[in-house]
Amino acid sequence: MSFINYSSREINCKIVYYGPGLCGKTTNLQYIYANTNQSAKGKMISLATETERTLFFDFLPLSLGEIRGFKTRFHLYTVPGQVFYDASRKLILKGVDGVVFVADSQIERMEANIESVENLRINLQEQGYDLDKVPYVIQYNKRDLPNAAPMEELQNLLNPKSVPHFEAIAPKGNGVYETLKAIARLILTDLRRGT
Amino acid sequence: MQPQMVMYDEEFQQISTVCERLSREANAKVVFLVDKNGQLIASVGATENLDTTSLASLTAGNIAATGGLAKLIGEKEFSILFHEGEKDNLHISIIGGRVILVVIFDSRSSLGLVRLRVKKASDELNRIFEGLMKKVLVPGTGSPFAEITDDDIDNLFSE
Repeated sequence: MSFINYSSREINCKIVYYGPGLCGKTTNLQYIYANTNQSAKGKMISLATETERTLFFDFLPLSLGEIRGFKTRFHLYTVPGQVFYDASRKLILKGVDGVVFVADSQIERMEANIESVENLRINLQEQGYDLDKVPYVIQYNKRDLPNAAPMEELQNLLNPKSVPHFEAIAPKGNGVYETLKAIARLILTDLRRGT
Repeated sequence: MQPQMVMYDEEFQQISTVCERLSREANAKVVFLVDKNGQLIASVGATENLDTTSLASLTAGNIAATGGLAKLIGEKEFSILFHEGEKDNLHISIIGGRVILVVIFDSRSSLGLVRLRVKKASDELNRIFEGLMKKVLVPGTGSPFAEITDDDIDNLFSE
């Protein structure tokens, strides 16, 4: 839930990157961190295992600029993608303002993608959110891999409601900022409606 | 789902006053308040060399994780957490079920003193937040973002 601070004239919003294990959620944040001006970003925190798998979450605070005299700050979080970390995933969705689903385009990961979207829907419901109502975009990552499934198939399987979607190659940055901008835009539009 | 969190000047001043007094009376190094979603509400004391944004996020993650543990053993929540370090210690408590109060202190203070002072400050902070929530729920106190245009949003991304 966004936090409007009239005293410091700031608005804070929380974006969560969701998706199956090894789909590139942390890579999205790492790319944003590496390519954002020092003044606009805070420290990136990764609570990961010794093998660099996300254990609890990654966190990256970003300032995007001002709207009507209010500084807009976005807090980017990733969830641990591995199936058995479900309890942690639920906690991170608390107070979310917008969700990015990072899908792994590889054909072998299709089942993992579908399972993760369903898991997202259930975990949001437990927090009182409806996936069809929260600001939501999908990023199809790893488009450069030879075993990437055709876009049409991915869209049919993962995006029945036709939310905004982006093709990405996260380590190179392709589609990373486009995805972030799209979710930020949806969140701000939502704020206008006062929801 | 929790209602929208809003902070106004008046309440911010009241909260800062309570935090400053707590910091003084408990001989603390730093006192800060975070909402359960990890957003920093206020901080007082020696914060110059502290990454308060990260502290806020990790504190909320910590409370969320211990809250999850509490539920697993049939507790509602653990309302107080204490982390002891070699020099500095962290005292974390939940106020009114939705705000987190963090006190950083060293050997110039003690856990007993901090607990005592935190208890008093918690009651005061709880009252302020209750008033704040009522204010937010009054219809007509619309969001300042109700009037933003597509252009405003576009400008944010123009650089």
